Amino acid sequence: MPRAKMTFVERLYLPEIAKGLALTSRHFFTNMWFHLLAELKLGRKDRAMVTIAYPEVRRPYPLVARSRHRLTKREDGSPKCVACMMCATACPAECIFIEAEEHPDPAIEKRPRHFDIDMSKCVYCGFCVEACPEDAIRMDTGEFELAYFDRKGLVYDMDFLLNDDPAAVPPFAEPLRRKGL
Amino acid sequence: MPSILDQIIRFLSAYPFVVQVIAALAKTGFMMTVVMLIGGLILSWVERKQSAIMQDRIGANRADILGIRALGLVHNLADALKGILKEDFIPPQASRFLHTLAPFVAVCTAVVAFAVLPFGGNVTVLGQVIPLTIAPLPVGLFFVWAMMAIGVYGVVLAGYVSNNKYSMLGALRASAQVISYEVATGLTVMGALLIYHSVDLREMVQWQSTHNLGSLPWLGTLPVLGRLLALVPAWGVFLQPVGFVLFFTATIVEMKRIPFDLPEGESEIIGYSIEYSGMKFMIFMMSEFVESLLFAWVIVLVFFGGWHLPGLALPDAFGGPGASLAGFALPYFAAAALAAGAFAAKIVFFLWLQMLVRWSLPRFRYDQIMHLGWKIMLPIALVNLVFTAGLALLVH
Repeated sequence: MPRAKMTFVERLYLPEIAKGLALTSRHFFTNMWFHLLAELKLGRKDRAMVTIAYPEVRRPYPLVARSRHRLTKREDGSPKCVACMMCATACPAECIFIEAEEHPDPAIEKRPRHFDIDMSKCVYCGFCVEACPEDAIRMDTGEFELAYFDRKGLVYDMDFLLNDDPAAVPPFAEPLRRKGL
Repeated sequence: MPSILDQIIRFLSAYPFVVQVIAALAKTGFMMTVVMLIGGLILSWVERKQSAIMQDRIGANRADILGIRALGLVHNLADALKGILKEDFIPPQASRFLHTLAPFVAVCTAVVAFAVLPFGGNVTVLGQVIPLTIAPLPVGLFFVWAMMAIGVYGVVLAGYVSNNKYSMLGALRASAQVISYEVATGLTVMGALLIYHSVDLREMVQWQSTHNLGSLPWLGTLPVLGRLLALVPAWGVFLQPVGFVLFFTATIVEMKRIPFDLPEGESEIIGYSIEYSGMKFMIFMMSEFVESLLFAWVIVLVFFGGWHLPGLALPDAFGGPGASLAGFALPYFAAAALAAGAFAAKIVFFLWLQMLVRWSLPRFRYDQIMHLGWKIMLPIALVNLVFTAGLALLVH
């Protein structure tokens, strides 16, 4: 790779330094101007920065983004899952544990007695969703900040996975108390 | 029956010594407040916020007291609390006494240098002429250099007694860098000293306030240019532009901040402060900020006319008549406030510029620093000095 030869002005060093300082100070003054406008309620603060103030402000995620699992329900509220074990078989991380039992409805063969997902092992590949013949498991909750004081907290049981309430607490752990949330 | 105030004034007029003592205490208090407030509190906030704004970020703003964030200033209080509560680690093989002494040497010398920095001209109170300097030494600038030279001991000591190879490397770099740049720093400012005929910082400001470029011998006699030049104050920066650029660079090296942060070298050796934690480490940080204020102050005094505002006349007598701006009479306090504001604005500008440099330029390699100091800055400073001396000889 041939090196570009520096011109005389570049070799003088100071003009290039002045150019660099002009660039950074231009950023400084433009951003200060937008900050000033925002303080005077004349403009939006986000024009002065690229930062997203994370817990309060979130960047929109694409709809296809894979997040924490949930189990879908039939009209009567029971899980759609038929305990066919397809998801547990497809799972490369082996984080799905299903225990099947007979369904009282003779038209349906089985239902899960237990359906646990160990989120500390999950690799978010989405193979379980692809494998499911019943559309019983989805990864569309938009939740991915799974943080607990104890790794047991990351084991989600069927009741929790069926629960649509965003404030629901997983069975084995207290959630982190997050400030302002 | 005279009021209490009258009695106090009569007492003070009878004992001028008491007035001088009170003035000295007030001056020291004022200077210490300014230095500690700016060096210890404001500059670390400026560093965080200015770098953030330059880089399109927000900067630290989450710490709060009862929901009051004060633009991120609360972070500095949190820092201080953290510094006090953290373990004060002293390496087992290190000398306890010297390890503790080092940060104080670094910060004390920097603070003591402020004793000779004037923050205004003379003020006459109750018949006593009070110079607005803690210690109006005639050797002013040399005292600052002397203190800076001693300040290196703090850094070298810290690296030497920590019993750590990395801190030793940092100390060696610090001694080599700071000592070799002291030569350049001294020589770059020499041209300005030749022009002012003084090393007293107050006389320098006095000279810059009383001259303008039109009063220069040869240039001032030119027909049109001379008139225009008469409007420009004879600040050091106009008479010694080369000296100013070199001096500004040299002071950044003396401060040991990026792009010349080799003694610290965060990205490679952590440097002389590697074995320091808690408040002692913060004192090192503070000494850097105090030095940056010190040099901003010196630059403004030597090259930017100190508190001189073109067109502003300020009498010495406290509260006396004679203050004016561009020929219009002003109340004394308004004129004094204008001068103080001009002085503060100049210092703030240079603090801003130092931060801008620190957050814009890439770091130098160690050999590049030495190359710049000995092979580039020193020769240019010498040529500048000889050239200025020749001109001065022609003029006088």
